[in-house]
Amino acid sequence: MADFSKESCPSVKNILLLDSEGKRVAVKYFSDDWPTNASKLAYEKSVFTKTLKTNARTEAEITLFDGYIVVYKFVHDLHFFVTAGDDENELILASVLHGFSDSVGLLLRGDVEKRTALENLDLILLCIDEIIDGGIILETDANTIAGKVATNAVDGSVPFSEQTISQALATAREHLARSLLK
Amino acid sequence: MAQPLVVKKDDDLDEEEYYSPFLGIEKGAVLQEARVFHDPQLDARRCCQVITKLLYLLNQGDTFTKVEATEVFFATTKLFQSKDAGLRRMVYLMIKELSPSADEVIIVTSSLMKDMNSKTDMYRANAIRVLCRIIDSTLLTQIERYLKQAIVDKNPVVASAALVSGIYLLQTSPEVVKRWSNEVQEAVQSRAALVQFHALALLHQIRQNDRLAVSKLVTSLTRGSVRSPLAQCLLIRYTSQVIRESGVNQGGDRPFFDFLESCLRNKAEMVILEAARAITELNGVTSRELTPAITVLQLFLSSSKPVLRFAAVRTLNKVASTHPLAVTNCNIDMESLISDQNRSIATLAITTLLKTGNESSVDRLMKQMTNFMSDIADEFKIVVVEAIRSLCLKFPLKYRSLMNFLSNILREEGGFEYKKAIVDSIIILIRDIPDAKESGLFHLCEFIEDCEFTYLSTQILHFLGNEGPKTSDPSKYIRYIYNRVILENATVRASAVSTLAKFGALVDSLKPRIFVLLRRCLFDGDDEVRDRATLYFKLLGGEATVGETEKDVNEFLFGSLDVPLVNLETSLRNYEPSDVPFDISSVSKETKSQPLAEKKSTGKKSAGPASAVSGPVSTVDASYEKLLSSIPEFADFGKLFKSSAPVELTEAETEYSVNVVKHIFDGHVVLQYNCTNTIPEQLLEQVVVFVDASEADEFLEVASKPLESLPYDSPGRTFVAFEKPEGVIATGKFSNILKFIVKEVDPSTGEAEDDGVEDEYQLEDLEIVSADYMLKVGVSNFRNAWESMDPESERVDEYGLGVRESLAEAVSAVISILGMQPCEGTDVVPSNSRSHTCLLSGVFIGNVKVLVRLSFGISAPKEVAMKLAVRSDDPEISDKIHEIVANG
Repeated sequence: MADFSKESCPSVKNILLLDSEGKRVAVKYFSDDWPTNASKLAYEKSVFTKTLKTNARTEAEITLFDGYIVVYKFVHDLHFFVTAGDDENELILASVLHGFSDSVGLLLRGDVEKRTALENLDLILLCIDEIIDGGIILETDANTIAGKVATNAVDGSVPFSEQTISQALATAREHLARSLLK
Repeated sequence: MAQPLVVKKDDDLDEEEYYSPFLGIEKGAVLQEARVFHDPQLDARRCCQVITKLLYLLNQGDTFTKVEATEVFFATTKLFQSKDAGLRRMVYLMIKELSPSADEVIIVTSSLMKDMNSKTDMYRANAIRVLCRIIDSTLLTQIERYLKQAIVDKNPVVASAALVSGIYLLQTSPEVVKRWSNEVQEAVQSRAALVQFHALALLHQIRQNDRLAVSKLVTSLTRGSVRSPLAQCLLIRYTSQVIRESGVNQGGDRPFFDFLESCLRNKAEMVILEAARAITELNGVTSRELTPAITVLQLFLSSSKPVLRFAAVRTLNKVASTHPLAVTNCNIDMESLISDQNRSIATLAITTLLKTGNESSVDRLMKQMTNFMSDIADEFKIVVVEAIRSLCLKFPLKYRSLMNFLSNILREEGGFEYKKAIVDSIIILIRDIPDAKESGLFHLCEFIEDCEFTYLSTQILHFLGNEGPKTSDPSKYIRYIYNRVILENATVRASAVSTLAKFGALVDSLKPRIFVLLRRCLFDGDDEVRDRATLYFKLLGGEATVGETEKDVNEFLFGSLDVPLVNLETSLRNYEPSDVPFDISSVSKETKSQPLAEKKSTGKKSAGPASAVSGPVSTVDASYEKLLSSIPEFADFGKLFKSSAPVELTEAETEYSVNVVKHIFDGHVVLQYNCTNTIPEQLLEQVVVFVDASEADEFLEVASKPLESLPYDSPGRTFVAFEKPEGVIATGKFSNILKFIVKEVDPSTGEAEDDGVEDEYQLEDLEIVSADYMLKVGVSNFRNAWESMDPESERVDEYGLGVRESLAEAVSAVISILGMQPCEGTDVVPSNSRSHTCLLSGVFIGNVKVLVRLSFGISAPKEVAMKLAVRSDDPEISDKIHEIVANG
């Protein structure tokens, strides 16, 4: 996987979804900066502990460490992270993070919890796949991302299929709005 | 199935708050489950679950062996039979995950190619993405037609998929992707935001090596057809690249600056930020250009979004390093950020304020910082400490409050790196601000009373020994130092003993009391401590034979080790135990420039077999010395002063490769020619270098040592020795001709013919310059070394260096003429500076220590003037240095 220079595309080094203990729910790395699983785990641990005490629930937060920029957001017991090189435009990363966390919210119909996330891991993985391709941003709009993932939902097993896409998204949005108002 | 994803559920874990659907999952079991992929009647839902489990395992860091991966992969390919859209999507994902580790991935190409032409857009998009990951360039030409169509597809998802894949393929098959330019250009005009973004990225990558094309691209697009925020960010990046490469702006206005400025008024914040940052990073940006960018960033500072505040403060922080005045307008907003919840933002705000602050605001700032420091992480604290250090050097009058601040934070909890940063800062302040000395030393003494870091304790003790005796009341430090002898570990005790001895040597009134303390140390449990105590005890009592006078004692105590440790180590390794004691003065004082040596060795590797033997010979001075003294003709030349790095006398890849090492003795110069014969069919005999010294009057050839035979690929050495007047910096130019007898070698037998032919080979000229008489020897503290030299030996003069390319170029030219060691990193000239001071040190032939202080100034038409001040052990040498510069 190639790393791109600043001259070229904005690029993301990894996307992480961890639980409230820092364990992996779903992660995807797009850079060779962490060649082994051990180095990946070490990175996740340090990101998790460094951000644990902060309050990233209403607004996305940001930190700079070890030469990486990390934007992150917590929803219930799930921690969303997006990492990039330290010369990246922070706001572009924030838009990726929002695309990620909001589309997961839509897909889990507002029930953003570790348990639901694991039960619908296929959706989460597809979601990441639709946001970034090899470090390059594919899509940042949450509705579009969720729409792309939901069309592919397994017939019969997921309630989405009982509704049309627009219906599904409407319910999801409703759920999201309700959970935010709580 | 009630709980379809549960493989095995442990009863013990029922009490857990939630259960994981993957609890107790095992790779072996899941691989077994993957057999359902082979069922003739596919259960799409079940297959999906199994794939999810496999992906879960991979995601958690499990790895499949090649066999496992290949097996799963083949099974997965069967799933293309299913028409289930969701399953197909998972299959794509699975193939992408497996493609690097499984063999024969290529067999799915036909299935994917079918999907690529399917009517379902989602199939097309995903099939393209997967296919481009696994394809090779021959197959690529087969599907190229479809990809070109996909780039201009109505559906933006399909177009984006093709464009992003193009960015990847460009790295492996650039010649194919470059043919898509027309389609990509059409896609740039797409109305879909992301398509525009991906198309622009690909188009730029296709053209990135063609400056003119990039410039044209930017010119046409900045007129306003790009609307997507991400694409605009890209365009800003490309624009600033073009600005950078177009160099100096002709006639004042920068090309494209208007475009950057207009982006500051964009609706999307990410575009505004990108543009503001691009403006602040322009080469030689003026304050007029900066103002609009700073204004928008200032607005961001009070945003409710942390990310936005962070981005703004980080950019302003960078600007503050180069244009502090431009940022002062934001100071009020900055100050409110000190209490920001996000500590990264707060730290950046503080350090920005420290950079832009003026003398009057320092006290107020310090007050705010005290609360701040307690709740940020060490790495942020270090940043703050460094900022305070530079602030203090900028406003020396404010040292009192800054020093107090440093001592307060020194007392608080913190890790080694943080404490080290504080201690280093205090030491620098003591050195540079004389008024701060007493209070600074006192703070350090307090600190070592309760310091858990041996390294810092010894560093402070050493520093205390040098500075403490020179203060108004040295006796007050003794208590702190002796406490170390009682309370600390052996390393700290040993350095405390040395520090005590230094006080004893310099302060006569304290001497008797120091004796008492040292005597107590004679019975210490540690060898090193005991040895040091005994040595110093005798030394101060005048019993030891280090020297006759008090000056020698001081020299022994305070003189820094003037040989590089690496050289000392090599010499000690080479030393064979014998009756002759090891003599430290025999250790070479030359600092090896490591990177240069490395570069040379790699350079030689490419040059051919020469590296084999000449490599090691050229690196170690001690081996030169051994080599030369083993040759009877050179044995009485005395001690070798310096050996130069090898100078190549032939081009790379020639028939004979020759380089020369200049060995300088007091009254002689020996030239060592390292020769390599690179022709397998030849044997050279009676190899000698004929040196014409007619352009070097002061040199007289006294000996020449030919090389008997030089077979193919085994380097040999030949020497020529010259006599020169002692104490004279003799310079000159030598022309060299390699003379030898060539004998043909039969390559099949390797035997040489009996008859040879005389032949010669012209080598390049060689020069002996004044720098050859100078050893690069660094000093650790230039200021102290300078002051300890006799001011009478100082010679100052000014020189005009004429028009130079840049200040840096002039500085490095003078350094290389003198051949001295730059100290304290002063050989690096900051860009755009109008003046520079460079400190050099070295040892001149005859073991004369020389220090040089160079002050440079450059005027508008690039006219460089230089003031040269020299101090040395011998005033005559100071004059000679001036001669060298005047002639150079």
